[in-house]
Amino acid sequence: MGLTLSQAECDKKGPQGTTGDEGGLGLRQAIKLRRERRQRQWRAFRKRRQLKPVADRTAKIGARDVIVFCTLRNERIRLPYFLRYYRDMRVGHFIFVDNDSDDGSREYLMAQPDCSVWTTKASYKAAAFGIDWLNHLLRKYGTGHWTLTVDPDEFFVYPFCDTRPIDALTDWLDTYHLRSFPAMLLDMYPKGPIDAVPYREGQNPFEIASWFDAGNYMISRNRKLQNLWIQGGPRARVFFADDPLSAPSLNKTPLVKWQRGYVFASSTHMILPRGLNMVYDEWGGEKASGCLLHAKFLSPITAKVAEEMVRREHYAGSREYEAYRDRLSSEPDLWTKWSEKYINWRQLEILGLMSKGNWA
Amino acid sequence: MTVGFIMMCHTALDRAAQVARYWATHGAPVVIHVDARVSAEDFGHLGQSLADLDTVSFCKRFKCDWGTWSLVQAAQTGAEQMLARHPEVGHVFLASGSCLPLRPLQELSDYLAARPTTDFIESVTTAEVGWTVGGIDMERFTLRFPFSWKKQRRLFDSYVDFQRRIGFKRKIPGGIVPHLGSQWWCLSRSTLAAILQDPDRPQHDRYFKRVWIPDESYFQSLSRLYSTNIESRSLTLSKFDYQGKPHIFYDDHLQLLRRSDCFVARKIWPKAEKLYATFLSDRPSESLAEPNPSKIDRLFSKAVERRTRGRPGLYMQSRFPRQDHENGKTSAQYSIFQGFSDLFENFEGWLAKYVGARVHGHLFGPERAAFAGGERMFNGCLTDSALLRDYNPRGFLTNLIWNGRGERQCFMFSPRDTQDINWFTATDPNAQISIISGAWAVPLFHAQMDFAEIRREAARLQQIEIEQLNILRSMYVKARVRIWTMAEFIENPMEPLQTIIDEISPRATRRLTEAPQMIELTGFGQFLQNLKNQGMQPRLMGDFPVAGEAVSQPRRRPYLVK
Repeated sequence: MGLTLSQAECDKKGPQGTTGDEGGLGLRQAIKLRRERRQRQWRAFRKRRQLKPVADRTAKIGARDVIVFCTLRNERIRLPYFLRYYRDMRVGHFIFVDNDSDDGSREYLMAQPDCSVWTTKASYKAAAFGIDWLNHLLRKYGTGHWTLTVDPDEFFVYPFCDTRPIDALTDWLDTYHLRSFPAMLLDMYPKGPIDAVPYREGQNPFEIASWFDAGNYMISRNRKLQNLWIQGGPRARVFFADDPLSAPSLNKTPLVKWQRGYVFASSTHMILPRGLNMVYDEWGGEKASGCLLHAKFLSPITAKVAEEMVRREHYAGSREYEAYRDRLSSEPDLWTKWSEKYINWRQLEILGLMSKGNWA
Repeated sequence: MTVGFIMMCHTALDRAAQVARYWATHGAPVVIHVDARVSAEDFGHLGQSLADLDTVSFCKRFKCDWGTWSLVQAAQTGAEQMLARHPEVGHVFLASGSCLPLRPLQELSDYLAARPTTDFIESVTTAEVGWTVGGIDMERFTLRFPFSWKKQRRLFDSYVDFQRRIGFKRKIPGGIVPHLGSQWWCLSRSTLAAILQDPDRPQHDRYFKRVWIPDESYFQSLSRLYSTNIESRSLTLSKFDYQGKPHIFYDDHLQLLRRSDCFVARKIWPKAEKLYATFLSDRPSESLAEPNPSKIDRLFSKAVERRTRGRPGLYMQSRFPRQDHENGKTSAQYSIFQGFSDLFENFEGWLAKYVGARVHGHLFGPERAAFAGGERMFNGCLTDSALLRDYNPRGFLTNLIWNGRGERQCFMFSPRDTQDINWFTATDPNAQISIISGAWAVPLFHAQMDFAEIRREAARLQQIEIEQLNILRSMYVKARVRIWTMAEFIENPMEPLQTIIDEISPRATRRLTEAPQMIELTGFGQFLQNLKNQGMQPRLMGDFPVAGEAVSQPRRRPYLVK
């Protein structure tokens, strides 16, 4: 259906030369974007039949609860820490889409008092990499709530997250009538070969994958959807150095005060209506932002990549996984002597990866 | 004598009840105004929770909207009730439901008892306030504002505009000098009574009803009529950001609040358990200190500055300025040297010796980014891959400067390198660009190549450098640019080098003692002539005679394009 938005459409040359689009939305483009949004809503609506509720505790959702939305497949070992991390943040409820796990993930989640679980055997890829499913559930259960859409290996960090629960942030965003909050994906990696240290259930993944790239991110503006397109980090420098255009996108807008009619357009990288992507300041100031610590490069990765290569259910012909497979066999070390060891959000803010904005 | 509190509540009523209970049980009467929009159920619940306290009472309820007369009405009604019911009250303190007392009540009572006739109300003339919303200051007293600023902005603006055009002006009642200030005040009984019992009060009320944001001006202006002793400051610590929203206090502000010695703070996040638990616990009164909110002021003004100005030279997910709004295209000063590494042997090594800076090679070279010391990577995991660099050259440069904060970055440049950053660096005030034009010919002069190929390459490089120099001579240039022709430069290299180095490290007192080793140029004039003979016109080197040394010309000063 040609719905996959290519971020490559974005203008890489940036503002030098022409300042171009001043934020005005031509009528024709407005109609196009609206049609696209409707199409995505319709897709999400049709795909709802693929979802089978196996644990529906949505009646327990409080009026002001922040809800986590998550699609997963075979992530059993990561779940205990994932739940603990977000419960400590005072997230009120979890909504999971289980894509046919066979490692006990589903059963584990069904037993949790604050989780609602849907399951499906349908294709992840055909559901726009799970986004159709989530768009449906977000509309149904997320409307009116602050929603946090993350993968099981993504851990949300925001200013003052060590002293203030997430509703402090969402209350603050409410006072400014802000509807979305950005958190760039920060790829974390261990020192030494990725599979060297096994991850134990319940363990903080960043005890192992505690390193990150501090300052090699490339940003350009996507004129069409007004989001920033961010690439870089260890994945760009190790796996995509000869094809930067294909390097994975790192920009994300996971925290959204959901309204009927909103849709994620491409994972949580882009959202429609496009005003929700305007999470950055264009006049020199800094808006508040966070990071999603990405515990992707953690054992057992080689096995996971092998499985995903067989399933071929990932974005852009799984080219990302192809690149990993090619390099993982040689046991690459993502770590360099310039890598930064993670301490806390203040460190990320000083490095300029996130900002407190005017929150103090 | 004691102090009485009027509390204006509309949300988080349980917190308001907690604070009211604290004040009442410590001997201060409280009058609570609850917004009329609060449901009967919630209001009833609040009433019940405070029913055991006979010094807590509720006053008539109004529907309160931001910046409207209803807020003044509510305060008037509360104040009248307070004065009528509690003759023991010497000062009346206007507070909100999200206020929190930071010091024991006794300290406040003692403080006020020592100043029985003082009115604590921020009250300044319109000329002196810088925080007016919407660009309207004195006009808020002379125009009419029938439309809501928050909900009917367009009507509001056009009606203001219309009144300005026809020259409409309301008459300010006699004797009143408009003053503005924080809406949270603490007035002495006599001043408050004088305002409320003034025979002219109907006239005042009628006037202020139509003033814009009267809650910031009614008591502030009228107290000037009656008070004998105004302290123009609020006893309530309340900070607003650049959009007029109050800053909010959380548990992690505990130490800061405690050390501020302020009596009352707002606005407190209703779920800040630790703040409420700490400040509402019984503590002995011990301090007579003056409030000192300067640390908190600093914290919040830094936050506003970060939001409005940001960190110069930072490009990230929530700061991506448009062209010419960068407020610092890069985060620090840096130097670009063009032609120097062609003309001198190991110029980078020589330069590194004389300046306290990181001296890179050709960062934008065609094969790779030549970081200082031959490293394959730089701070922040910036790699030397030419492909990644050329994918976003400006990002590469701004990242490099940002990652190298605290240390000046210098790098070599040449027409052989990626040229995409030329406009960016030329318009960046942080850039110091020094160019020896035509020096790119020196490596060609020494190259062992077919002369036709040399000629082609020379023509290409010259074209690139001409385009670059055109940029550097445009009117948009903000960088510090110095350009010499090669002939000019080699005649007296020490002086320009000294100038550049003095600019990089102005405090270094050491004079240059040793010049960098110049590459052998014998026969260069003939080389240029050969190029001419082959039909190419070398234009950027200056005058080189065909035979022997470069002729001495009358010396010209290097020109500084600024």
